Amino acid sequence: MRTILTAGSFAVVALLAAPALADPDEDNLVINDELQMVTETAAPAHMEHVDTIYSGWRFRTDETQALQIDDFENPAMIFVDQGMDLFNSVDGTEGKSCASCHEDVAAFAGFHAEMPKVMNGKLVVMEDFINGHRARAMGAEPWKWSGPEMQAMVALIGLQSRGMPMNVKIDGDAAPYWEQGKEMYYTRYGQLELSCANCHEDSYGLMIRADHLSQGQINGFPTYRLKQAKLISRHNRFRGCIRDTRAETFAEGSDEFRALELYVASRSNGLSVETPAVRQ
Amino acid sequence: MRVTLTALATLALAGAALAEPVAPMDVVYEDGAIAGSLTGMAGDPDNGAKLMNKGAGNCIACHQVTALETLPFHGEIGPSLDGVSERWSVAEIRGIVANAKEMFPETMMPSFYRDTGFIRPGKAYTGKGIDPAELTPLLTAQEIEDLVSYLITLKYE
Repeated sequence: MRTILTAGSFAVVALLAAPALADPDEDNLVINDELQMVTETAAPAHMEHVDTIYSGWRFRTDETQALQIDDFENPAMIFVDQGMDLFNSVDGTEGKSCASCHEDVAAFAGFHAEMPKVMNGKLVVMEDFINGHRARAMGAEPWKWSGPEMQAMVALIGLQSRGMPMNVKIDGDAAPYWEQGKEMYYTRYGQLELSCANCHEDSYGLMIRADHLSQGQINGFPTYRLKQAKLISRHNRFRGCIRDTRAETFAEGSDEFRALELYVASRSNGLSVETPAVRQ
Repeated sequence: MRVTLTALATLALAGAALAEPVAPMDVVYEDGAIAGSLTGMAGDPDNGAKLMNKGAGNCIACHQVTALETLPFHGEIGPSLDGVSERWSVAEIRGIVANAKEMFPETMMPSFYRDTGFIRPGKAYTGKGIDPAELTPLLTAQEIEDLVSYLITLKYE
């Protein structure tokens, strides 16, 4: 019944809306009829060329948007459930599961909103944190960076922060990593000589062929991408974008992508964590 | 190998008989324009029209062209190319297609007839690296000419 009503209301919206896709739309994201999300806010002070930041959700079609407003419709939630099973599954030589130490996954509320961050002198992203605990506490083999187990767990931990504002630290011991990431963001890689900024800062809101360019915000990752029908990691998306500039890309889990992740995450500061989002 | 090709190109130009194209590194830009054909031959506008939509040309990924409106999904990043032949000379159009950065240093537009000076160039869209010596321009000299010959047909209504 809900599906039918939703489809109906979107049809009305479509009739009233201007036909041309251009800037972000005016839609308001409320999840499960109760969780109000911030999809538009003043850009953090460190961003010199952008006044307002927008969630990628605001650039998607009504049909794609609809998949994220109700957890029963959100295809990413199947993977979150798998993450919950993994959380409770014993693995490795120590006979432990995640739950053996972290009784309730809800205790991770707020953690994702501050990731990546420097821990013990190293820039740590969520995948590092998970594999580090698997190795040290569980004696378990590392999960593959963009593999289904890893991204299910990243999504599960991320979901605990959904609705909280992104708030990654960029100063102090994070500063050198952040500077490295910023440098990468503005570097025009590959034979097409395209930087992240060319598309996602200078041209967001415009069409590039059939794609409506967003600001490239990562507050919804891991994201269920319809064209790949699975959860997509941040580093996988970075890799795909740089590959598409006809460049030699960087590896998932490389120090370069850790730094880029910190910088790009800092451009989302103030937007709600949407993990797990749904995109085209 | 490159030296040999360049030498051949020079010979060909001198003789103007063998149509060996001007190598990317030997192209002379004057205020961003290229005076003569890169191949010594005229372009094929029909092939130019095809390149607008596909392969390494794919111009409509970023530019809207009313004359090609039967093709879906024209981009909005660059200016519309409608009437382009009334805004620019043939030499300027050739220069912009070959390497727009000569005229507009900060432009987002890729350089279609250049084979050096890239950061981490890759082997097409594989994400893998390539030996810079093996890098070829996005379009051949003749493809540049084909595009130019098509673009000069675009006039305002």
